[in-house]
Amino acid sequence: MKADVSSSPPLVALRGISKRYGDLLANDHIDLAIDRGEVHALLGENGAGKSTLVKILYGVIEPSAGEIFWEGQPVTIGSPVEARALGIGMVFQHFSLFDELTVAENIAVSLSDDWTLSRVRNRLGDISRAYGLALEPDRAVWTLSAGERQRIEIVRCLLQNPRLLILDEPTSVLTPQEAEHLFTTLDKLAADGCSILYISHKLEEVRRLCRQATILRGGRVIGTLDPRAKSAREIAAMMVGTEIGEVRSGTPHEPKGSMLEVRDLSLSAPGLHGQSLEAISLLAQAGEVVGIAGVAGNGQSELFAALSGERLAAAAETIRIAGQVCGTSNIDSRRRLGAAFVPEERLGHAAAPTHRLSENTLISHAAAEVSHSGFILLNAAKRLAQSIVKSFDVRTPEPDPQARKLSGGNLQKFVIGREIIRRPKLLVVDQPTWGVDAGAARLIRQALVDLAGEGSAVVVISQDLDELFEIADKMAVIHQGRLSPLRGITEWTKEAVGLEMLGESQLHGASHAV
Amino acid sequence: MRFELTPRASVAPFMRTLAPILAFITAFLIAGFVIWLLGRSPLAAFQVYVVQPLSDPWALQELLVKATPLALIAIGLSYCFRANLWNIGAEGQYVVGAILGSWLALRTHGTDAGIWVLPAMLLLGIIGGALYGLIPAFLKTRFGVNEILTSLMLVYVAQLLLDYLVRGPWRDPKGFNFPQSVTFDPAATLPTLGEASRVHYGTVFAVLAVIVTAVVVGRTLFGYRLRLTGDAPRAARFAGFSSKNTTLAVFAISGGLAGLAGISEVAGQIGQLQPSISPGYGFTAITVAFLGRLNPFGILVAALVVALTFIGGESAQILLKLPLDLTQAFQGILLLCVLSADALVSYRVRIIRRGGGK
Repeated sequence: MKADVSSSPPLVALRGISKRYGDLLANDHIDLAIDRGEVHALLGENGAGKSTLVKILYGVIEPSAGEIFWEGQPVTIGSPVEARALGIGMVFQHFSLFDELTVAENIAVSLSDDWTLSRVRNRLGDISRAYGLALEPDRAVWTLSAGERQRIEIVRCLLQNPRLLILDEPTSVLTPQEAEHLFTTLDKLAADGCSILYISHKLEEVRRLCRQATILRGGRVIGTLDPRAKSAREIAAMMVGTEIGEVRSGTPHEPKGSMLEVRDLSLSAPGLHGQSLEAISLLAQAGEVVGIAGVAGNGQSELFAALSGERLAAAAETIRIAGQVCGTSNIDSRRRLGAAFVPEERLGHAAAPTHRLSENTLISHAAAEVSHSGFILLNAAKRLAQSIVKSFDVRTPEPDPQARKLSGGNLQKFVIGREIIRRPKLLVVDQPTWGVDAGAARLIRQALVDLAGEGSAVVVISQDLDELFEIADKMAVIHQGRLSPLRGITEWTKEAVGLEMLGESQLHGASHAV
Repeated sequence: MRFELTPRASVAPFMRTLAPILAFITAFLIAGFVIWLLGRSPLAAFQVYVVQPLSDPWALQELLVKATPLALIAIGLSYCFRANLWNIGAEGQYVVGAILGSWLALRTHGTDAGIWVLPAMLLLGIIGGALYGLIPAFLKTRFGVNEILTSLMLVYVAQLLLDYLVRGPWRDPKGFNFPQSVTFDPAATLPTLGEASRVHYGTVFAVLAVIVTAVVVGRTLFGYRLRLTGDAPRAARFAGFSSKNTTLAVFAISGGLAGLAGISEVAGQIGQLQPSISPGYGFTAITVAFLGRLNPFGILVAALVVALTFIGGESAQILLKLPLDLTQAFQGILLLCVLSADALVSYRVRIIRRGGGK
């Protein structure tokens, strides 16, 4: 994009920014310009180089080549402190807040010394009113929802009167209602002349919010366009490089026989800030995909640990797998009943980062064909890894690489493939496509749907509502450790799910339930 | 200005082999510099430390004698360290193994008990070390107590227990009040390998331990369990490996091997109990385990190298009047160099200047 010479220079312009990590060119001659008051989207798949680019802009990493112009003047941004001094604020995808401190304290610690607690409190009131960012200054952060925590991060930036606000995947932790609220705030900010760089891979919200979008792929700028002028499908194709097909559901899934039955499962919170599970009941039948929606941190990982047997229930009869009582059996015995599990974290939980793929097959196959009376069958493990790689289109940099050398999407295909290849009667998977590129996500969803089609029960815990609406036959919503009733997917609307995510319907229902 | 370690994109395999050799050369250069500062000739020191022991048949035997307990203990420790569990108390497990095994030797002293005594002593040595090793393991799994502190502190308990025994109840009544037990009967003595040799059967145990460990670590699920527990503890739990059982198992194994080293040393080398039965084998074995990069065969080589510094140190004390502490300092320098070489092979050091134009 050529800068218009006649008018004033853009607020910030990047020219020829490159960043090289060893052999990998994370950013390849990127040009980007943002005008005052412009809401600019940075679109791209995971690994397209978005994070690298904004970290360069925010002074976290140093570019290998290229220049940054601030209001037409060349600048070097050596650290986030320098970035903030220029007027750049950033809201990270993962919050950096102290759980034990209050809202005001959290804001004060990140600002310079002349921000006293009382001054923060006063300004907090002004900003909250101006932009509709309601926050109670004296609440402890650990009592707040993700949406509220994000508001702290945003307010923290706004207190420093930023001229450019960078938001990295801000809606990934929000309910649909909270996201809409955020958009309203951003509209107001832009109207006041603050520029916004909005990083996302969700097309719909970008079309709602932005008039300019830069699309990155493989570290390069693929195009700069008005996202409302193109169809979602066209933009997706630019992001991914190829057309993304839709998941075929094939024949409608016919539930036949219970594979997972959870009755009144309650578990105390595992740690200080963990979530307890409250009287969870759930039924997954052979041949269907059951979705569990919810905002992060509402008990999903605790539920997964209880289902997998990494944490044991108090009473055996609360969980049945394939008809067998197993609430107090460990993960190994549950695997022997025909269950398989894929946790949320790929590296470190589902797979050991520094171990080769063949060794990683041992993690969930310890009881199966890759070992014999305590000895590892190395060749069998290698063959198994190879057939997973082949059947699930896992792209590897070398034969049998270490797990950490795979990209997120490829490793996720591998760990899901490792379970599906066993033809489990029950598959429980937590966030199957979290941080995975669109092509891999489609393949994974297809594999899950196909597995159900072959007569297995599949339980998908996901924060991605669109994903659940695409593949689930039935769905329930988890909120603060409670699970809503399971309903057919067609009976749900996004609004109804949003209300469950906020706990609204539970509040209304509570009057007769308790 | 600050330093930053960035991982190298790829590592040439020959650099990995070259690294320990370069580390050794660097360690010798540093040690030579220290010796030069002490006013001695580094070349003469090298001659005494390295060349003489390797060219003298008696010293070569002594090398095996000293390397035996080091290798046995370090092999045991490698089980713990692989699983990221820090048993620092092998010295104590060594002592308790020696005490429990010697108990039988002293009980059967002067009787004509048969050939069962020696195997039973060795077994008791293993059991003693294993049980003593299980104390920190139990405290960790049951109460979450840090195993580094407990295992280390238990060393002093064991050493003081030995001290009490040889000065009190187990003292040789005809020993002119020297704090030592009676000399073991032939039936309670570990035979040497060949006539007039000082190398005893403990060396065979060490070699066996190396071979068995190589198979266990490389080929069995138990070995994989240790690696997985060490490299990715959550994945180990996901694989169904209970971390509690892993902790207990590795402490029992490393304690048992340390105990075997202890009783072998007492029954094969010293021949009686005395207040000090180890020049710090249990601690030096930690160095040996890491010098050998936790690889069983690497440990065998490392044990020989470190044993060389023990012997060289002794002759350097006599011939060059160099302090014996220099030996320990050299072992430390060597470990530091090997670990640094490993790190530098995988990482690149970058110096980052702040505040300048860049």
